Amino acid sequence: MSLKNLLEQNQDVIIERWLDLILATYPSDGSFFLKKQKNQFANPVGYTISKEIEILYQTLFKDVDTETISTSLDSIIKIRSVQDFSPSKAIGFIFLLKKAINDELGNTVKEEGLYSELHEIESSIDTLILKAFDSYMKSKDLLFRIRADELNRRTKIILSRYSDTD
Amino acid sequence: MPEDQMKPEELFQIDYKPPGKGWMETKPDIRRGKINWAAVPKSVEYLDLPNPRKWSPLDKDWKLPDNWKEIILEGMRERIHKFRTFQVFMDICVRCGACADKCHFFIGSGDPKNMPVLRAELLRAVYRKEFTLAGKLMGKMAGARDLTEDVLKEWFFYFFQCTECRRCSVFCPYGIDTAEITMMGRELLSLVGLEIDWVTTPIANCFRTGNHLGIQPHGFQDSIDFAVDDFKDLTGIKVEAPVNKKGAEILFIVPSADYFADPHYYGLLGYMALFHEIGLDYTYSSYASEGGNFGLFHSNQAMKRLNSKIYMEAERLGVKWIIGGECGHMWRVINQYMDTMNGPADFLEVPKSPITGTVFENTKATKMVHICEFTADLIKNDKLKLDKSRNDQWRVTFHDSCNPARAMGIIEEPRYVINSCCNHFFEMPENCIKEQTFCCGGGAGLGTDENMEMRMRGGLPRANAVKYVHDKYGVNVLTCMCAIDKAVLPALMDYWVPGVQVGAVHELVGNALVMKGEKEDRTDMRGEPFIGKETAKDV
Amino acid sequence: MNAIYSLIAVFILIALVLLGIGGAGLYYVFGVIIPYVAIVFFLAGFVYRVLKWAKAPVPFRITTTCGQQKSLPWIKNNELENPSTGLSVIGRMLLEVLFFRSLFRNTKTELKDGPKVVYSLNNWLWLGGLAFHWSFLIIIVRHFRFFTEPVPAFISIIEKLDSFFQVGLPIIYATDAIILAAVSFLVLRRIMDSRMRYISLNADFFPLFLILSIAVTGVWMRYFGKVDVIGIKELAIGLFTFNPVVPEGIGVFFFIHLFLVSVLIAYFPFSKLMHMGGVFLSPTRNLANNNRMKRHINPWNPKVKFHTYEEYEDEFREVMRDAGMPLDKK
Repeated sequence: MSLKNLLEQNQDVIIERWLDLILATYPSDGSFFLKKQKNQFANPVGYTISKEIEILYQTLFKDVDTETISTSLDSIIKIRSVQDFSPSKAIGFIFLLKKAINDELGNTVKEEGLYSELHEIESSIDTLILKAFDSYMKSKDLLFRIRADELNRRTKIILSRYSDTD
Repeated sequence: MPEDQMKPEELFQIDYKPPGKGWMETKPDIRRGKINWAAVPKSVEYLDLPNPRKWSPLDKDWKLPDNWKEIILEGMRERIHKFRTFQVFMDICVRCGACADKCHFFIGSGDPKNMPVLRAELLRAVYRKEFTLAGKLMGKMAGARDLTEDVLKEWFFYFFQCTECRRCSVFCPYGIDTAEITMMGRELLSLVGLEIDWVTTPIANCFRTGNHLGIQPHGFQDSIDFAVDDFKDLTGIKVEAPVNKKGAEILFIVPSADYFADPHYYGLLGYMALFHEIGLDYTYSSYASEGGNFGLFHSNQAMKRLNSKIYMEAERLGVKWIIGGECGHMWRVINQYMDTMNGPADFLEVPKSPITGTVFENTKATKMVHICEFTADLIKNDKLKLDKSRNDQWRVTFHDSCNPARAMGIIEEPRYVINSCCNHFFEMPENCIKEQTFCCGGGAGLGTDENMEMRMRGGLPRANAVKYVHDKYGVNVLTCMCAIDKAVLPALMDYWVPGVQVGAVHELVGNALVMKGEKEDRTDMRGEPFIGKETAKDV
Repeated sequence: MNAIYSLIAVFILIALVLLGIGGAGLYYVFGVIIPYVAIVFFLAGFVYRVLKWAKAPVPFRITTTCGQQKSLPWIKNNELENPSTGLSVIGRMLLEVLFFRSLFRNTKTELKDGPKVVYSLNNWLWLGGLAFHWSFLIIIVRHFRFFTEPVPAFISIIEKLDSFFQVGLPIIYATDAIILAAVSFLVLRRIMDSRMRYISLNADFFPLFLILSIAVTGVWMRYFGKVDVIGIKELAIGLFTFNPVVPEGIGVFFFIHLFLVSVLIAYFPFSKLMHMGGVFLSPTRNLANNNRMKRHINPWNPKVKFHTYEEYEDEFREVMRDAGMPLDKK
């Protein structure tokens, strides 16, 4: 059986494992809440992550259009880039997918000698990382722009009086 | 997996173990992006507050007075005797955990000390150590903790990570109010000079000039005059907007952002439209040119000092009663503190709408009416000609601001006003509106630039609910009646839900109001033509 | 860790009885002196704490409002969630005290992943808490059977209701089963839920283990141990009528039960268990939201430095005049 088929078949367990690994990057007492509370509104962080990584995962074995991938990445990374993570940690959650796959399918890969296919999969994960990096920078950029806009808005009406030239 | 490949967890070091240590053993990670800068000495001095100096929360040495511990403990003792809330809330928490996941900062960050219960435990542990027998005798076994400099820093860190929104208090079986605990914490911190600039400097400004931004009287007069001119450009109508007019019937108090910030300003234009159309005899005041009260975020004394201006000015101008504009924490102060602190206002009359004759019995002591109560009464009595289609450019949702919802209960009035002014209104999901509303993430003095990351994650629960109605119903404006909301929600929307604007309730009123003598091509409050009324040059 | 300390503490208490009764035969100490001392501690401590709270003033009326305020007559206000009168406050407090209204708010029924109804864990807390407190109360009331002769009718009625299911011999009281289940749930919740474990102190586990041990010994005596009920009642009535006697032949299990109860009530006023009294004094719940209708007085309303209009005009007179603003002093 090809690794892609295996990935597709074992989707649920691997995603579950990946989610656990990601949530473990949060303070332990918080991660429990992030996992247990299923309400979309009471727990937007956990909800978003678990929803979006499913889409990211599917890029490994089927064609997902670029826009969907970016939207999913943006949703997660927007959250992580305003939480207490260094840039590497904010996007590094994608590497955890490698670990999740290894945890769940590592033995099968060894037994069936699927290394070349694994390399292929891993390089598509690496591509995801690069995209995540773009997404992270986009978020930070946005934040800086928002900051500038906000400072402007705060006194916009007054400023417009004195700089009114039109 | 080939052996030579580096393992993912080596690339990405994570501590998989839960912290073996309890919360008392962890220290706060004080960093940029989640703290607010310290108050500048000038403001601290102007208000005669203790220990003015230059310092930064990022420094190791916070330049505390030598006897800081004594001062704090004495401050605690004093407050235990002065506030039943403080004493009861210190004693009765059973740590049931109902509040834990109700805080927007916890939901957005996962930091356990953002659980309201632990935020309060920060004070409680010291309280046990110093003021209870069990804590004195058994120490840590009884949940007691020494007050050290690290603990004090932790207080500063976490009491300036609470927006005093009171959402947790709604769920607490004993009504323990974290806002009250945070207020006590901040009062204590202020005793040794631990203040943040975004709270203390606005207080100093407001004390001196009458408003948080420090706009002097002529600047205020200018702002109002400009607004009158702008309004004429938009509608062709010249309105009266008197300032400091003696003998007016009504004193109108607005948060200062209404006349200098975007999008607050469109709400101010809305008030002008409304008051002109009904011919209200009112006045602004430059001396009381601030409805907001950052004193609430500092100490009860500071709150009282700022709030006093409203009644003093009402008396000096000889008005009959007062209307207050759209502002959240301002209304907490007016509803829960003003009369107690600076009343009785027996020189005023019980508010009676000169247009409808309605007597506002619910304000007979404080004599101050919320603009949404006032407008709702006008609409109910059919005194306004409203054209809902003039808000057809908007698909509207409404954010209940924390204080009006949980410290007052003004929930239906704004909804009635909004629904009378627009065709497309959509509620956000049930567990994040009304008394369960989520904070904007920037209340209680935390709406600063340096605190941006913290605000974004704290505001995530609110933004997430907006995103839901944005995706589902195409909502494109988030209305609210709070100046802080209007200041911080635009940033939150730009980050999480691009495409959603923020607006005032009375901006919608201003748009929908059909005015006598308005020009043919009048626009909405933002200068945009109404849908269906675009002229050739706009298209 | 805190759970283990607390469990050890309870074991030590039990060991004390085994030593005191089984070893030294201190029947009078454990049967009479300690219960009396405990009751004195309880009464004095409870009164002291409540008075101490009551003595502290309520400077501000800071009701937490959880519903529509009373404003215009045509807007329907929510009196129970946002009371405007003292009577409504009583209603709100009754809902809170008898039915844990605020905890119940956690209940959310959600449609998730298609048509699947999901309840959040939190209404289990409400249910567990309610089951625990109510069964505890009924059990305490039932115990008055031991203190009174003849047994008042209402106690017999409660017993009848409590044994409604008519199972087992002796008939099993529903509350006995409920309290064991509820306390176990509350303990497990604190241990299993990492968030709860993180915030829990010794002071949270200790009373739970104490109450659990009391319930277990009580249940054991009623259903399995077959203790000398006549003797126990004699002792109880003796204590109640201030004619203490310690009849012979009461097993050590009873003394464990009695001692743990004594510890519980003596500990009560010095612990979080005082939430029983405190809930009535919580200003966010027990005040009406009628501040704008009725002035609330702060007994220590502080004198503060104001910035008067006069001072303001003095500072800004020139610019105000230039801007054509009205002035008090020309």
